[in-house]
Amino acid sequence: MTATSQAETPAYPAVSQAMAVTALILGWLIPGAGHFLLKRWGRGALLAVSVFAMFILGVLMQGKVYAFNTGDILDILGFVGDIGAGAFYIVTRAMDWGQGAIQIAAADYGTKYIIVAGLLNVICAVDAYSIAQGKKP
Amino acid sequence: MTVTLSHFSAALVFAVFASTVFGITQRNTTREMVRYGLYCFSLFVGGVIVAGWIMWALRH
Repeated sequence: MTATSQAETPAYPAVSQAMAVTALILGWLIPGAGHFLLKRWGRGALLAVSVFAMFILGVLMQGKVYAFNTGDILDILGFVGDIGAGAFYIVTRAMDWGQGAIQIAAADYGTKYIIVAGLLNVICAVDAYSIAQGKKP
Repeated sequence: MTVTLSHFSAALVFAVFASTVFGITQRNTTREMVRYGLYCFSLFVGGVIVAGWIMWALRH
């Protein structure tokens, strides 16, 4: 009982659960926005630049942006990674960018850049959630 | 507009951004973040160089 109570006590100042969930969702939609919401300006800016640069570089390297699919497992996982980029993914799909140029070796790197940018953004959003819950300073 | 990076420069750029995110999200203090970010970066780049030499050795 005591251990449970101690585990639930935030180590750092926390905000409301609603704010924590908002930081999580906003952080997913717009990279770094979850940290901005919690006034972690420097961290938010670095995370935003990192995710944005990786995603844009991936698209400029003619990487492929995966659409929703139920085919090959790697294509499904590619979609799961890509969707992590939030609004970037939505805009890219809406603009019909990221068709992928399979004849260019660098385009394959671009595809991986885009997937990893999405996965890193998920880590960033969860980090914002942890900060809001008081698990991190 | 397109960007073409060499294998090594693509790996370096990847290492910079991934290390930045890992450093910030996996540690609590600024000092620890910088140290962990540099640690991740060195592992990324070191891994690339080691893998490159292994492939060179296999080829020869």
